[in-house]
Amino acid sequence: MSTNNNISRRSFVKNISLASGGLILACNYSLFSNEMNTTNAVEFNPNLFVQLNTDGSLILIASRSEMGNGVRTSLTSVIADEMEADWNQVSVKQAVGDAKYGDQNTDGSRSILYLYETMRKMGAMTKAMLITAAAKTWQVPESECHAQNHFVIHTGGKKIGFGALAETAKTLEIPTNITYKNPKDFKYIGKSLKSIDVANYANGSAIFGIDKRLPNMKFAAIARCPVTFGTVQSFDKSAAMKIRGVLDVIEIPRIEKPFGPLGGIAVIATSTWAAFEGKKALAITWNYGKNETYDSEAYMVEITKNVHQPAKVEKEIGNVDQAFASANKIIESTFQLPHLAHAPMEVPNAVAWVQGDTCQVWAPTQDPQTAREEVTAYLATTSDKVTLNVTFLGGGFGRKSKPDYIVEAVILSKAIHAPVQVVWTREDDIKHGYYHTVSSQYMKASLDNQGRVTGWLHRFALPSIMSTFTPGIEFAQNWEIATASDIPYEIKNLKVEVGQAPAHVRIGWMRSVINIPHGFAVNVFADELAFAANKDPLEFRLDLIGSDRLEDTKDPIKYDTKRLKNVLKRAAKNANWHQPLPNGHAYGIAVQYSFYTYVASVVEVSMLNDKIKVHNIYTVIDCGTVINSDTVKAQLEGAAIFGMSLAFYGKITAKNGIIEQNSFSDYPLIRMNEIPKVHVDIVESTENPTGVGEPGVPVIAPAIVNAIFKLTGKRYYNLPLSDYNLV
Amino acid sequence: MITLLINDKKYKLDIAPEMPLLWAIRDVIGLTGTKFGCGIGACGACKVLVNATATYSCLTPVKDVVGKKITTIEGTTPNLQLLQEAWAAFNVPQCGYCQPGQLITATSLLNTINNPSDTDIDEAMSGNICRCGTYQRIKSAIQHTVELKNQTK
Repeated sequence: MSTNNNISRRSFVKNISLASGGLILACNYSLFSNEMNTTNAVEFNPNLFVQLNTDGSLILIASRSEMGNGVRTSLTSVIADEMEADWNQVSVKQAVGDAKYGDQNTDGSRSILYLYETMRKMGAMTKAMLITAAAKTWQVPESECHAQNHFVIHTGGKKIGFGALAETAKTLEIPTNITYKNPKDFKYIGKSLKSIDVANYANGSAIFGIDKRLPNMKFAAIARCPVTFGTVQSFDKSAAMKIRGVLDVIEIPRIEKPFGPLGGIAVIATSTWAAFEGKKALAITWNYGKNETYDSEAYMVEITKNVHQPAKVEKEIGNVDQAFASANKIIESTFQLPHLAHAPMEVPNAVAWVQGDTCQVWAPTQDPQTAREEVTAYLATTSDKVTLNVTFLGGGFGRKSKPDYIVEAVILSKAIHAPVQVVWTREDDIKHGYYHTVSSQYMKASLDNQGRVTGWLHRFALPSIMSTFTPGIEFAQNWEIATASDIPYEIKNLKVEVGQAPAHVRIGWMRSVINIPHGFAVNVFADELAFAANKDPLEFRLDLIGSDRLEDTKDPIKYDTKRLKNVLKRAAKNANWHQPLPNGHAYGIAVQYSFYTYVASVVEVSMLNDKIKVHNIYTVIDCGTVINSDTVKAQLEGAAIFGMSLAFYGKITAKNGIIEQNSFSDYPLIRMNEIPKVHVDIVESTENPTGVGEPGVPVIAPAIVNAIFKLTGKRYYNLPLSDYNLV
Repeated sequence: MITLLINDKKYKLDIAPEMPLLWAIRDVIGLTGTKFGCGIGACGACKVLVNATATYSCLTPVKDVVGKKITTIEGTTPNLQLLQEAWAAFNVPQCGYCQPGQLITATSLLNTINNPSDTDIDEAMSGNICRCGTYQRIKSAIQHTVELKNQTK
């Protein structure tokens, strides 16, 4: 048994007895600073709730958003485990957006990282109080009592159910000494619990944002300027108003904030269809504004020029120029990747009901607190008047961190004095996103006569996510540089430079973010160097990572090269890397450390009639302590498909400032007939739990490209592969 | 007035005959298990059974399905029920949003072919997109259901 006495009495903000006879516990303390999200002013102060009813039923609150990440199950199962609760007695309630829960921003693959210990505390503390309550009831020492599967049991054989102890427990002081379970006694943590919501997903009863219905609710669709930040010059609503079901047409202004609505012309109707039809019938003249010049093809030429000349030096170790001058061999390559759209299956949508100075929102949001702040600011009210209900999210991938679509619903509800549901069309989603950045990357390395890397230059230009927050930023910022400057390779002379890249669309984060471009360039380039050095790509990469060490990054969590090499070796072993494959098949390998997690994938491809087929993907993940192994497995299976989609098809382009893609017809995603077999292997570990949702994505595209090279001798530096007619 | 037969229940609706079935189901009747994904028949989230065949409800005007038997994810058919059990057993869904459409399509497949091959499954299911990438489990759950049906025959 381990003990933790570090909880301050002051940190427990509440010990409230419920009228229903239940027991509520809340705790408030910080784990890590919130280093990435710049708009979230909320402190990292988790408050998590347990409600035990007198009938033994246990309601556990999920403070993070469910978007396929399994978080409603994983977070609550930790509480249940430490509490010795019976999972069959558990139901999960979704928290509304409220700072009292601590940081609820469900992105950055950090829900478990941030909340695991807090959840354990919530459970362990509850259990301690139930044991005290039982001891008090029986007039025996607490040391003679223990909890097991929703009961407290006395050494003498007496037992009492948790529910029966609720009344007594609620009168007790919060304990200062919390005793934790020995991990070997975990019942749920580290095992495979099915999603608590699986039945509701399968029978259609899970309520996503788009499924929310209110009496007298109106439906709305909005026509937005095809060019980012363009405005309405004039419009004619007469044709739209003639469509059956159309009630009103309203102009809404752009709100010039990072998550502000783009503005446009809204059609209010009695059904989504009528709103969509009304929108089509609008005649609008737009002022396109300065982004009208955005041509992504010309832009790629421009940013590529910026990486083919010296740029802003962000990191230099040793002397790269000298290393290049004395090289046995120089290799240089340029990598170009396009914008991407998140395209969650559920389009952005929200229901808002503004009544007087209060507002209720129901929305699929990854970040309910930021959404609440934006709504509060728009209504010029106080946050206590705004209730932000979080529904299921039909996918998020970072798109639903940005609440522009929620504010749209609020604007319209306020305008028409009725509940309104705003629904984006798929075309709206593809054409008005917060796009994953476009990038050009130049890499240059020198090899000595033993084929060892002596110098490494990584120079890249990409519009920064920060340009969305601070217009005018034209260079990649801090964490967008760290993935390149903190590469885990033992190279004596290393330089990272950043080239200029102004943004002409809203740039946002998408599943695995900067690891997509950096993971691609670094992994493909390393493979290229291996072949130039005439070495096996696996052995070459292991040598490049070098000695076992903790990398001295600025982050509180250091990465461990031993763990990185381990996932690489293990993926190779699982794939039988050194065994010959069937004729016409080849392996490619890639490894990436992201969100504090180590992932390697080996991909097996073949070519038939000049088309690629991916047969197998062997992924190994080391994410420290595993909470739900089936969820980890599922996330990695899904990440492989997500990675394949961007490798095969992912491309958003702009011409005259207008996004050229429309829907799944011209922004294709991987389908059933294209899938490989994904084999996921999870490293057993007692280290801190780290990210799972994103780290599986960035290795896939480079591993595929490396496999194609091995097979054909041709190296593809740009994505998507559909541009080369390979898919 | 348009009369629709959905999940064995009759609905008399005062709607335009051109309204796509999807929106009649979701916005007028209020059965929200059937999902909107793209509106152009490219993703399959909106599929319902018309008689026994999976149909893109986003492309089907209500006037075309008058007098036909419509089954949504909220309905019951023997194959749908078996598949739903397999979906739970394999913990298939991630975000869950596309799964009603996936289940309806799989039901239609099993309604048509008793013992579908891998290729049959790929062909039938390729009209349905899952952005979370649950395809492998969908496939396993379908194969499991087929095996189960064959065993109990």
